Amino acid sequence: MVKVKRNYLLEALHMVKVFGELHANDGITLRIKPGEIHALLGENGAGKSTLVKMIYGALQPTSGEFLWQGAPISIASPAFARKLGIAMVFQHFSLFETLTVAENIALALPGRFNLAKLSEKIALVSKEYGLPLVPKAVVADLSVGERQRIEIVRCLLQEPRLLIMDEPTAVLTPQEADQLFAVLTRLAKEGRAVLYISHRLEEVKRLCHTATILRHGKVVANVDPAKETAASLAKLMVGGDIHVVGTQRKQRAGTARLQLRNLNLPADGPFVVELKNISLDVKAGEVVAIAGVAGNGQSEMFDAISGERSLAHNDMICIDGEPCGRSSVNERRNLGAAFVPEERLGHGAVPAFKLSENIVLTRHSSDPSLVRSGLLQKNGASGVSDRVIKAFDVRKGKPDPEARALSGGNLQKFVVGRELDRIPGVLVINQPTWGVDAGAAATIRQAIIDLARQGTAVLAISQDLDEIFEIASRIAVLSRGQLSETYAAGEISLEQIGLLMAGAHEVEEVRHAASA
Amino acid sequence: MRLLLEKRAERSRRMIFLSPLIAVGLTLVTGAIIFALLDLNPLRALFVYFIEPLTNSWSIEQLIVKATPLALIGAGLAISFRANVWNIGAEGQLTAGAVLGGLVPVFFPQWQSPLAFLFMILLGVLGGMAWAAIPAALKNRFNANEILTSLMLVYVAQLILDWLVRGPWRDPQGYNFPKTVSFSGWQLLPQFKLLPDSIGPIYINLGAILAVAAALSLAFLMARTLKGFEIRVMGNSPRAGRFSGFSRARTVWFCFLLAGGLAGLAGICEVMSTVGQLQPSISPGYGFTAIIVAFLGRLNPVGALVAALALAISYLGGEGAQVALGVSDKIARVFQGILLFYILACDTLILYRVKLLTNQSAEASAA
Repeated sequence: MVKVKRNYLLEALHMVKVFGELHANDGITLRIKPGEIHALLGENGAGKSTLVKMIYGALQPTSGEFLWQGAPISIASPAFARKLGIAMVFQHFSLFETLTVAENIALALPGRFNLAKLSEKIALVSKEYGLPLVPKAVVADLSVGERQRIEIVRCLLQEPRLLIMDEPTAVLTPQEADQLFAVLTRLAKEGRAVLYISHRLEEVKRLCHTATILRHGKVVANVDPAKETAASLAKLMVGGDIHVVGTQRKQRAGTARLQLRNLNLPADGPFVVELKNISLDVKAGEVVAIAGVAGNGQSEMFDAISGERSLAHNDMICIDGEPCGRSSVNERRNLGAAFVPEERLGHGAVPAFKLSENIVLTRHSSDPSLVRSGLLQKNGASGVSDRVIKAFDVRKGKPDPEARALSGGNLQKFVVGRELDRIPGVLVINQPTWGVDAGAAATIRQAIIDLARQGTAVLAISQDLDEIFEIASRIAVLSRGQLSETYAAGEISLEQIGLLMAGAHEVEEVRHAASA
Repeated sequence: MRLLLEKRAERSRRMIFLSPLIAVGLTLVTGAIIFALLDLNPLRALFVYFIEPLTNSWSIEQLIVKATPLALIGAGLAISFRANVWNIGAEGQLTAGAVLGGLVPVFFPQWQSPLAFLFMILLGVLGGMAWAAIPAALKNRFNANEILTSLMLVYVAQLILDWLVRGPWRDPQGYNFPKTVSFSGWQLLPQFKLLPDSIGPIYINLGAILAVAAALSLAFLMARTLKGFEIRVMGNSPRAGRFSGFSRARTVWFCFLLAGGLAGLAGICEVMSTVGQLQPSISPGYGFTAIIVAFLGRLNPVGALVAALALAISYLGGEGAQVALGVSDKIARVFQGILLFYILACDTLILYRVKLLTNQSAEASAA
């Protein structure tokens, strides 16, 4: 039997994955050679993780074909993927904190093992690759970088041919990231392939041999990142074809209704982003949009402004001049603020509750027609619910369905409408049209613009740059918990935003800190 | 061929009511199989167990006696479980209520006035609340698992009671039996005649009336008040609850104190009626059985009232079966356990429908 030598280690051909109506992957072709570090770039929702999960066997494609060294295969399960030699380091580690390094690794290995021998092997591998690890150390005592090393060593012990890294530097310090890059380069020199998922453009330029860029479930380019600039990569990632015009509404500058003053919020757990020195004024009649890649402090910022997490000082946030950094959610609502969180089900609405009950969820303290001396007023709630449903054309199967029975777009219209119906003085909305069909998205954006025209100060946190240019008067970018300057929407280009998203303004602050 | 659970868009209203009935049906079938394996005639055994307790006025009276503590505790637990507060220690709270209320007859047996009666009831409720406050405080302060802490406190309470009745509180004239003095007069619950003698005299005590009142007012609390709304939100999605401005810690306190107070009330009512004194064992596990009552009653206080009657049958049936069939009355516990299993399993049907896939259709849906 003659084994045909093929150039590619893994080929994913015309991969399609459909979730309901959404084409998460829409005919993606990806070819990985042995010995290369291959970047997979794209915004959130571009289809990166869907593709990777299919490669790792955790999801099955709707259609498409995998070739492993030229031979067609189907990757039925993660176990099968590991058998092929595909290993993956997830962004969120799966380690038992109370066990030692060696015990954690032993748990992931198939079959029987000898802990003493395994410890020797771990020490050997970790030394060889410059990934210092003490097999007897207890995981709870280790830093995030060290924990990632455990995951990597765990993969290396299985002699992988293809190593998938899912945003590995998101949780690392710059020094730890440098060490990681050295290891990955070395693995590539040994002939292993690395699939590297990231949206940090500078590190992709520095590390990767080739980059596949995804947008809306499709491959938009295959490039050599070394020959690109961070700006050109950013443009490919977010799409240069979107209209940069922006419906600029010249507004007379009103008074500041929402003020953030040196807002600091320490991380209260792993994978929580620390907010650093955020200052921002949102004036009556304007929409300020916060752009940025997910996981850079958006939900933390929302929680801080809504009052779900309390701040250290009362004057870090003012609503209509009233300091409220330590006030509760409802006290802030009573000051005239309204909030729409990113997650519709389970945060903005209770899935198992009827729509009329979900009206009560955010309005019980500010709307006397809903609660009288502790008693729920069902007629009041249905009245508001009907008004919202009518104003926002919420489509539903029966008169008062449970929230979870609505489609994403209709529920989002309802959740947004519930707050807009109050005509709030300040509206803070996180990902206004995330996962929503185009029609509903247009309705919601129009409603936000109309609300601002009536004199409301709107702060919209969004990852969707199309949306931002459609609704925003001013734009700022959030990256690793730091907010950039704001720019008038007409005066900032996509490339500039892309650079800010990749952390251009942070560098400045590092320099400031160094010179200070 | 395989089974597939397909998620429904909404909870099925029909299944909310059908699921406990299916569970009861499956329990009966399983019970018949167990009786058959014991070489008993399954039909006769089921008759003795489940029908006979309903055939005369004396046993109906007993049914209400047994159902009273189950309903009181079950209604409180239904609220707790709705809020995802897992109070498993109602048996201990019942005991604590009985002990604290028992102070009055033990130390002031001569105090015979309506005030003594009210004071005992009040102490009973406070005792249950105090015992429930421990797991609540541990939960809120240290995030200690309330399932474990409340359960372990059951044994602490029972051992305290055991020590008291064998030691300091023992009746000096009690021939060394481990018991306190017998309660009497105003230190017992008043009884009411439910039906005239011509039909068959059925007496109920004040506890049964309190149980109905508690169930009705809690049903109102859940359906019509902001507090009830808060409890339902916290149980359904805590994140949305926080967004709504509700506090998890406050919910934990409220649920524990409410359920603990009702369990304490059940405890003091038991020792002021059926038991009539403090002794090492004052409850055949009402606090645990009430967990099943809460679930069988759809975590609804009024539902718990109905479910309490159903579970009371299993106690009476167990006693009847011991006499008529010669099986251990522990079989009552077996039935209760099987029933809980089936209820929890059948509740899957509320949000899922079962589909049978043949091999061809399985492939078709995978392709």
